[in-house]
Amino acid sequence: MEFFERFAIPHPSPIIYASMVAIGITLLAIIAGLTFFKKWGYLWREWLTTVDHKRIGIMYLISALLMLFRGGVDALMMRAQLATPEAQLLDSQHYNEIFTTHGVVMIIFMAMAFIIALMNFVVPLQIGARDVAFPRLNALSFWLYFMGAMLFNLSFVIGGSPSSGWTSYFPLAGNEFSPSVGTNYYMIAIQIAGIGTLITGINFIVTILKMRAPGMKLMKMPMFTWSALITNLIITFAFPVLTVALAMGTMDRLFGTQFFTTGNGGMDMLWANLFWVWGHPEVYILVLPAFGIYSEIISTFAKRNLYGYKSMVASMVIISLLSFVVWVHHFFTMGQGAMVNSIFSITTMAIAVPTGIKIFNWLFTLYKGSIRFTVPMMYSLGFLPIFTIGGVTGVMLGMSAADYQYHNTMFLVAHFHLVIIPGVVFAMLAGLTYWWPKMFGFMLNERIGKWAFWFISVGTCVAFFPMFISGLDGQARRMYTYSESTGFGFWNMLSFVGAVALAIGFIIIVYNIYYSTRYASRDIGSDPWDARSLEWATHTPVPEYNFATIPEVDSSEAFWDSKYNGHKLFKGKLKEIHMPNNSGVPFIMSALFFVLGFSFIFSIWIGVIVSLLGICACLMHRSFEKDHGRHISLEEVEKTESELRGGK
Amino acid sequence: MKELFPLKQVMGFVFSLVLTAVALSVVMFDMSFAMGMTILLITAFVQAMLQLMVFMHARETEDSGLILANVYYGVFIAVVTVFGSLLALIWGYM
Repeated sequence: MEFFERFAIPHPSPIIYASMVAIGITLLAIIAGLTFFKKWGYLWREWLTTVDHKRIGIMYLISALLMLFRGGVDALMMRAQLATPEAQLLDSQHYNEIFTTHGVVMIIFMAMAFIIALMNFVVPLQIGARDVAFPRLNALSFWLYFMGAMLFNLSFVIGGSPSSGWTSYFPLAGNEFSPSVGTNYYMIAIQIAGIGTLITGINFIVTILKMRAPGMKLMKMPMFTWSALITNLIITFAFPVLTVALAMGTMDRLFGTQFFTTGNGGMDMLWANLFWVWGHPEVYILVLPAFGIYSEIISTFAKRNLYGYKSMVASMVIISLLSFVVWVHHFFTMGQGAMVNSIFSITTMAIAVPTGIKIFNWLFTLYKGSIRFTVPMMYSLGFLPIFTIGGVTGVMLGMSAADYQYHNTMFLVAHFHLVIIPGVVFAMLAGLTYWWPKMFGFMLNERIGKWAFWFISVGTCVAFFPMFISGLDGQARRMYTYSESTGFGFWNMLSFVGAVALAIGFIIIVYNIYYSTRYASRDIGSDPWDARSLEWATHTPVPEYNFATIPEVDSSEAFWDSKYNGHKLFKGKLKEIHMPNNSGVPFIMSALFFVLGFSFIFSIWIGVIVSLLGICACLMHRSFEKDHGRHISLEEVEKTESELRGGK
Repeated sequence: MKELFPLKQVMGFVFSLVLTAVALSVVMFDMSFAMGMTILLITAFVQAMLQLMVFMHARETEDSGLILANVYYGVFIAVVTVFGSLLALIWGYM
């Protein structure tokens, strides 16, 4: 029995027991459903073993939406707890666990997954490729991310969640102050998901540099592909820092090393330093793809080509460099001298310049455009003012002298939510609505979508603007309750109302997906938005080989030119097509990583050794396997093509 | 025969041996810590670039521009991370 005691929750409550039951029932329902409808084979053949970038994209999308709701429920519980003074809904330990998991889930398992979902689906189509450069690695990326996410979510019911903030600063996150396994979950689950992300980064850099359609020079790539390239470059160079920091933290917690301890020559601030060396570029990893999505959507629905293509590209390249030299602004109050703070203040203000250039480029694209107010366009237009307010308050925080006033208050919380929500969530919802017809063959209902947009955008403002005020009044972040005499009550109640509006908005989106799946027309053609880039040049639904003949390109808007300016996209003849084989190894290997992570978290060394051997066996299998892919015959390609054109 | 003889690689090999010998001098001769570290850092950087250029063929394909750009980007970030951390945590810390 002693062995099992370690899995107990150190600080249980009815909510946690209820979610244990809910997780158990959900698992049983999934297993029973798959068995009853005889879908195990289908699931294995079509999804678990797939290497198709479109399906991997859709799996990322589903996981991201699940995580959005998990993180969203966390947020609602926090706002409910803070809505009134001296509330008793959550105690301090639960509140700590919830803001920690909210941050980790939203950033690492929701936002990252969402951007990778859209990159996976769209980038190969936009550059006219058949798949990514390394399809099997792509599957491995997804499954590592998925297993990391599942492992992290397990912490809620087995062993206890991390409670030292999504930044997990040492010494608080060390064994002395966080004795439960929660922070082990943090270190190891993020490590596993992070390896997946790093693999994605390399995969997409190679894909975009090497697999573009003939004629697509770098400066003729669509803007979303450009943003994906820069994003993946940042991923590839930023994530190793996180990997190292997490490995050091893991060793501190499990093996008694002294990297981040306060004694024995350790340096606790080194964790904060390394965390933000990764963490600040991470902010741009999240927001640059969003900028790419907005560029696509704004030029499509303003019916104009993007204003200032070159300056858009240049500003992203400059952002990618500057994003690595500003990280100290996250801990101006740590005690480094005025000289250091001044240097990082200046770099921080400098990075606002290329971002400002992009905002003006979008405004000039809109200027004299014939604007269609579709749902994706409304999110883009809502993004501009809200993001600008969030960004400008960021410049306020970036001034190191003033930062001593704002640091760790709700002002900061308001700032980064007003950057991340319009900058990432709006973009993802816009991109989801925009590319939905390409993914699933029908459009989401516009009227319901607009309801969702208004709830979400107004909800965002109502939820986060009051925090500027309560923050300046002195409400610290991560405070689980406050007394009535502080006067924070009104502002927090207002925030709670906004959070509820946001929740309603997301429920409307779910309803919209249900409604549109049932009732939307399937007869929408392959280009329902009258769009401009290559992903709309192929059929809907997209055949597994994407393009029967590889398109030839001579501008950044080749598809638009082919529709209106007489450019001929497809010049080649149909040929047989070489595609990669499916493989179960990525899934099996990631499942072993899950076992490895779980064993590490609870220091079950036999499990660590066995799963590591299994992982090595998977790697060996891949090294000695002879896999030359498969060929889709010419007849089959012709048959698929004529069916997709409407002939039977 | 002249085309078949890998002159560049042999020269590179000799040069990397020389660099190793210079690095070795740090322990062979008595010198200050700062001097020793400077020699080690410089020889290590030159050695790494030599390996990339001569033996890993970084400049020999059409897309060498992209490869080098990635290398320079990586060097920039490594330098910024290391010296920035030193600046924030040690040199500029009061």
